Amino acid sequence: MAINCTVNKKKVSLDIDPNTPLLWALRDHLSLLGTKYGCGIAQCGACTVWVNGEPTRSCVLPISAVSNAQITTIEGLDPAGKHPVQVAWDELDVPQCGYCQAGQIMTAAGLLKKNPHPSDQEIVDGMSGNICRCGTYHRIQEAVKLASKKIKK
Amino acid sequence: MKTSRRDFIQKTALFTGVFTLGFDWFSADASAMEVVASAGRFNAFLSIDSLGKITLFSPNPEIGQGIKTAFPVVVAEELDVDWSQVQVEQANLDTKLFERQLTGGSGALKHSWERLRKAGATVRKMMMQAAADQWKVDVNSCKTSKGVVLGPSGQKATYGSLAEAASKLPIPTEVSFKDRKDYKIIGTRVKGVDNKNVVTGKPLFGIDIRKPGMVFAQIIRPPFGATLKSFSAEDVKKMPGILDVVSFKNKVAIVGSSTYEILQARASLTCDYGSDGPLESNSTHAKWFDEGMKSDKAQVMRKDGDFAAALAKAVKVVEATYECPFISHSPMEPMNFFADVKKDSALLAGPTQVPQPAQKAVSDLLKIPVDKIQLEISKMGGGFGRRLNNDFVLEAAELSSIIQKPVLVMWTREDDMSGGIYRPAARYHFKAGIDANGEITAFYLRGVGLNAGNSTRQDNFPVGAIENVLIESFDQKSAVTTGPWRAPITNFLGFAEQAFLDEVAEVAGKDPVQMRLQLLAKVISNPVGKITYEPARFEEVIKQVAEKAQWKKKPGVHQGFSVYYSHLSYVAQIAEVKVENGKPKVTKVTAVTDCGEVINLSGAENQVKGAIIDGMGHALYAKLNFQAGVASPQNFNAYRLIRGNEVPVIDAHFVNNGIAPTGLGEPALPPTGGSIANAIYAATKKRHYKQPFS
Repeated sequence: MAINCTVNKKKVSLDIDPNTPLLWALRDHLSLLGTKYGCGIAQCGACTVWVNGEPTRSCVLPISAVSNAQITTIEGLDPAGKHPVQVAWDELDVPQCGYCQAGQIMTAAGLLKKNPHPSDQEIVDGMSGNICRCGTYHRIQEAVKLASKKIKK
Repeated sequence: MKTSRRDFIQKTALFTGVFTLGFDWFSADASAMEVVASAGRFNAFLSIDSLGKITLFSPNPEIGQGIKTAFPVVVAEELDVDWSQVQVEQANLDTKLFERQLTGGSGALKHSWERLRKAGATVRKMMMQAAADQWKVDVNSCKTSKGVVLGPSGQKATYGSLAEAASKLPIPTEVSFKDRKDYKIIGTRVKGVDNKNVVTGKPLFGIDIRKPGMVFAQIIRPPFGATLKSFSAEDVKKMPGILDVVSFKNKVAIVGSSTYEILQARASLTCDYGSDGPLESNSTHAKWFDEGMKSDKAQVMRKDGDFAAALAKAVKVVEATYECPFISHSPMEPMNFFADVKKDSALLAGPTQVPQPAQKAVSDLLKIPVDKIQLEISKMGGGFGRRLNNDFVLEAAELSSIIQKPVLVMWTREDDMSGGIYRPAARYHFKAGIDANGEITAFYLRGVGLNAGNSTRQDNFPVGAIENVLIESFDQKSAVTTGPWRAPITNFLGFAEQAFLDEVAEVAGKDPVQMRLQLLAKVISNPVGKITYEPARFEEVIKQVAEKAQWKKKPGVHQGFSVYYSHLSYVAQIAEVKVENGKPKVTKVTAVTDCGEVINLSGAENQVKGAIIDGMGHALYAKLNFQAGVASPQNFNAYRLIRGNEVPVIDAHFVNNGIAPTGLGEPALPPTGGSIANAIYAATKKRHYKQPFS
């Protein structure tokens, strides 16, 4: 039976194996390629998307668990790239290879949605679930701070 | 700057109101006569069309090192345009237009600096000439600013309006470059040209490649040294979404229409392997290290004076052994490649650091002429050297030729970590002899590597400062595949050597910084044998880091020093450690880098900080174990990578002396393990001799 959900404000119907992880449904069946595969076991955070507004590891979440859910991927955060987190990421020149950054941005935007003005320690703790192999951690933390300031305005 | 007239090839063709001009003085092959079929393409690196659109082409694969931004910065500077006016495009593999279209060895800017400047400056001069002709003034009375030629009586003409006329002019034989005090872009903070696409999730990477009719595949690879005897394919072939199961070169490929269906099929497939003898395990490698250290077959890499005699006369002798394991590159984007092989041609696409060898290797394997193999370069989700080995390209091409379909071969994380091409494991044995004055009179190093080639860097500091030196290397062949890993060899040799020198300084009763400066003073006044480094540049980074980090002037702060020369750049570091709950914690690393001219300050800082975090994370945590030819761990739950809550403050400085730029993607890594280990020793009196530390 098809699974219905909303992805980036569009209703979609997925008639595939209900055990398929959301990551692969997004990438292979909905052609949303911004969400990345890194480890497949919820360790690196590259696949982070929002499920009903909550940052979630899509690589281990079967689509059977997202029936009727609202899903937001990096493509849906702000397609024009004007979300404060996206703007801060560009301004501080965070990306090196860029591969993990969709997951970093979805995690950061999720953190700021819940807590728009986090302390430095809350930023460090909130972002430490996401691995960046290039080591852009300092700029990630600074960019979350900058995005937080942008939200204040 | 003179350019040889005969190297220029100029053709003009007008179509739909835009001209095309191709000249080929950047070509590796000067006889290549092909017109560059793109509107307003002035040379390999830039095009300006009559509407004023300026496109800069970046030939080298972008892996996170920032080359796609840095190369165009140099061209734009000499062309004298505003950075906001240019668009940057990744050039695909084109051996006629570009030389050295690869990523590796931190060598891109070193190699291309002059060519990039010439590419910009030549076209700038042509624009000025076109304007001078139009205005009937002396070209020397014209200036340029932000893509506009300015005449002596206030005339103005944009490059776009001059492009067609400029294209018909002879190519200047001599061009001059800007004085660096006039730089407007070089040395500033320039944001990555792909940032906007990255933050909006555009499909930029190899894993994102989608082509009509494409299928997916995963490949099961054998343990190192094993051969495939049989595999159970029949049931798997019937599983949903599975299109084919084929075997080649001891591998089994599962071809399907989606990733999850292939993963399901893999879980049901069993492979049976055999081998001629016992497969390698950790114990095999330990035994080989012991044997290699005793072997009389080590290659003498360098010999100055008489090491044995000098050691016998030494008042004090310091001796230490260091060891590092095989480690995985673990780029965040696992290996993958697309191939569409037809009978007489092939399209390849994806993330390789070395596209030209990939094209050649596929040509050799499938007997398709290189000029019939097109290769599209995608952005790479990291690589750290892993993508210098084109095994994954060849696999994709071979599989496509077998199944006769366009295919994207995807490696899972487990495939990526167990499938080989690792940083070689190595063991180093150092000895130093110290005389009554505390001077080092004898220095010995033997490196034993497993598939490491020469595991030493025999002409690097402190060699050149010591009268009696013996450097030996022994390479043990292993079935475990290895290759360059960010700062090949020196990523661990740098640690071992800098940790050893710290111990030598202590025994000699010297300050570690002062000891290095004294050794370098000797090199400057009276070098011993051949050296590959410039001692004065070494001295400068050491002096600057000692000042910036307030070496030994911060009471209660435990500091460790190191300095290393690699990829023609110099990096000195001081790490700081505090003890928290009885455990050492790295709180700060100060680094001073001499990489010559800094092209993009933002990118340069990224490279230094990233390399230090990379060096620290792998020094602390990374290790692969081997059991019967199989590597483990195979994923990030057990193979620990450094995270954001573990990184120290990093204070990155540049000497920025205006010397032609040298490497930056790698040089900040080799000193890192040493500065940290030496700071940990200062804090705890415990020395680390093995990586990982924990």
